[in-house]
Amino acid sequence: MKGRDLGELAVRNLREAILRNSLTTLGVAVGVASLVAMLSLGVGLQALASSRLTKSGLFDAVFVTSRRGFGGPGEGPPKPNPIAHEKFKPLDENARQQFAALPNVVDVYPQIRFLTDVRYQGNSYSTNVLGVPESSRSASAFDSITGKYFSSPTAEEAILQADFAKELSPQPATLVGQEITLRYAERRAVSSDEISKEQDIDKQLDEIMSGGISIVSREKKLRIAGIIESDPSAGIGGFGGGRVFLPIRVAEQLHPAQANDVQDFVRGGGSGKPTYAALTIRVKNPKNVLQVEDAIKKLGFNAFSLLDAARSLRLVFTVFDLFLGLFGSLALTVASLGIINTLVMAILERRREIGVLKALGATDGDVRSLFFAEAGAMGLVGGILGVALGWLIGQALTWGTTIYLRQQDLPAVKISYVPWWLAASAIAFAVAVSLVAGLYPAGRAARLNPVEALRYE
Amino acid sequence: MPSTQTLIHAEHVSRDYRLGETVIRAVNDLSLEISSGEFLALLGSSGSGKSTLLNLMAGLDRPTSGAIHVRGQNLAELDSQGLARYRRETVGMVFQSFNLLPRMTLEENVELPLRLAEVDRPERSRRVAQALERVGLGPRRQHRPSELSGGEQQRGALARALVNQPAILFADEPTGNLDSATGEQILQLLQEIQVTLGMTIIMVTHERPLAERFANRIAVLSDGRLVDQVAMQTGARA
Repeated sequence: MKGRDLGELAVRNLREAILRNSLTTLGVAVGVASLVAMLSLGVGLQALASSRLTKSGLFDAVFVTSRRGFGGPGEGPPKPNPIAHEKFKPLDENARQQFAALPNVVDVYPQIRFLTDVRYQGNSYSTNVLGVPESSRSASAFDSITGKYFSSPTAEEAILQADFAKELSPQPATLVGQEITLRYAERRAVSSDEISKEQDIDKQLDEIMSGGISIVSREKKLRIAGIIESDPSAGIGGFGGGRVFLPIRVAEQLHPAQANDVQDFVRGGGSGKPTYAALTIRVKNPKNVLQVEDAIKKLGFNAFSLLDAARSLRLVFTVFDLFLGLFGSLALTVASLGIINTLVMAILERRREIGVLKALGATDGDVRSLFFAEAGAMGLVGGILGVALGWLIGQALTWGTTIYLRQQDLPAVKISYVPWWLAASAIAFAVAVSLVAGLYPAGRAARLNPVEALRYE
Repeated sequence: MPSTQTLIHAEHVSRDYRLGETVIRAVNDLSLEISSGEFLALLGSSGSGKSTLLNLMAGLDRPTSGAIHVRGQNLAELDSQGLARYRRETVGMVFQSFNLLPRMTLEENVELPLRLAEVDRPERSRRVAQALERVGLGPRRQHRPSELSGGEQQRGALARALVNQPAILFADEPTGNLDSATGEQILQLLQEIQVTLGMTIIMVTHERPLAERFANRIAVLSDGRLVDQVAMQTGARA
């Protein structure tokens, strides 16, 4: 029999016992729905977790330190590395531009953190200043800002940490728009010529060093743009702790003296040019992290990322999905028993019809295919209905969660997500399970003796 | 008289059924030759083995021993696929209880063998219309079996049996569920088909008078054996 004829006959047979077949199909739909709802929850929570983590700025970043062995964040104690000593590369402006030119790199910025004296209304407060890159604009820390984010990457503005703002004023909100003055130490490069002219006395130093630095006290006036609760870069060892935030470009222009200036100086390798203790490279997508990390290692620098942590997170979610899927499949297994039952009943009911079909020349294969087609059709319709139902359950869960979160004063999140691959594979799975369920009834129908079947009343 | 070319040749055919511990020999070492174009009536009381013999010759059942040659092909040697093809291409069948599928229209019932034979759709509707015309049911083709009288249903079943243009028509008590006047109409139709299409017809019946009026030959069965054969002078070809 041709496929089209088979399909027509199958649909006709299904329509005949419409109630029973609808109930069976509904059983499949409920099974698929539970599977889809469970997995959509898994997928949704995973998507939620990764989006939150991406927003945290930890998983789309590569951290670079020089191979000189400063012990950058996460690097642990410095290991003896003979090659590094032979030809180490300074983490300087040159390197920074090299990194910026790599594919998929969005931003390269140093960690700028320095001690300052903040003056406001005649009082002075000692605290740490942190440079914030432009790409942090979307970081979750700035979601609940009082006031505004920096108006431009070079705006002479500051954002204060809430606790610090409270120190400045009992009504922190009134600070927005006010001006503060930063007093800080500026690092100045001094060429060897300058040293010999200005500091004749210390000729020995001149011989040892090809350059040097001087430190000058400076002041900078900044307008307060906003106040935030949490530190946008907290979480990475040594990166947190800032209480006044500046656009990183503004911070860089200040040339503040930092800890590694002294290290440069002490090591005697400094050419007078500034080097960075560490650079953070932001990539387009967490997927690009490994590739960028490798490229930087090839350039001769230490690079690391938190992708390993993300990877173990993925493992947790895979196990999570597996168990959710297992429970969902259980419902589908019950549904497949329903299909077997319905089809076995149909054989009893349609014994005579099977006999007639065989008498008219239907092969065993024709009869088997007919029952298979019926089982498959129930699976297909049940699968499609089930995906829709599962999606609705997911929506309901999201809706309920949103209400709960709103009561807790938390932002709404989407906890259930049905991607196209989940929908497609759920339908395919439903059809496959239905066909397996049809295996026994179809085989039994095909083996029916036509003479006995025709005699059946 | 019909042509003497042998179409079906049953040789020492036996068919046993197990009923619990006992073995029932429904057909017992029976041999029979049927010529092409003949109208043969298998006559006998119930349990005489006439229906079993018909099923064996129609390829619905297999003999326990012996051989049934149809156009030289031994049915006992065919696999189930081969038998299905034989039923589809060589055989048409009519039953006592009509056996039209209740949820299909008459037209769709008649179309069923053509679906199984994978005939193209335009050719199908042409042949369905033709078969329904032949049995006088053209106007009723959209009706369901439940909307038809017994005689109409049996004529519809006949159209379904003829639509594949088979060489042999098997009829198992075709008048058994009909009143005598309607039954006679059906047999007249069979006879007409035999004459106009030159078809071989093998009919099982227990009504001797009908067999004598319409068949060319009567084979009488008792306890699974052929006990008598009568060639009729009053048959259609007379």
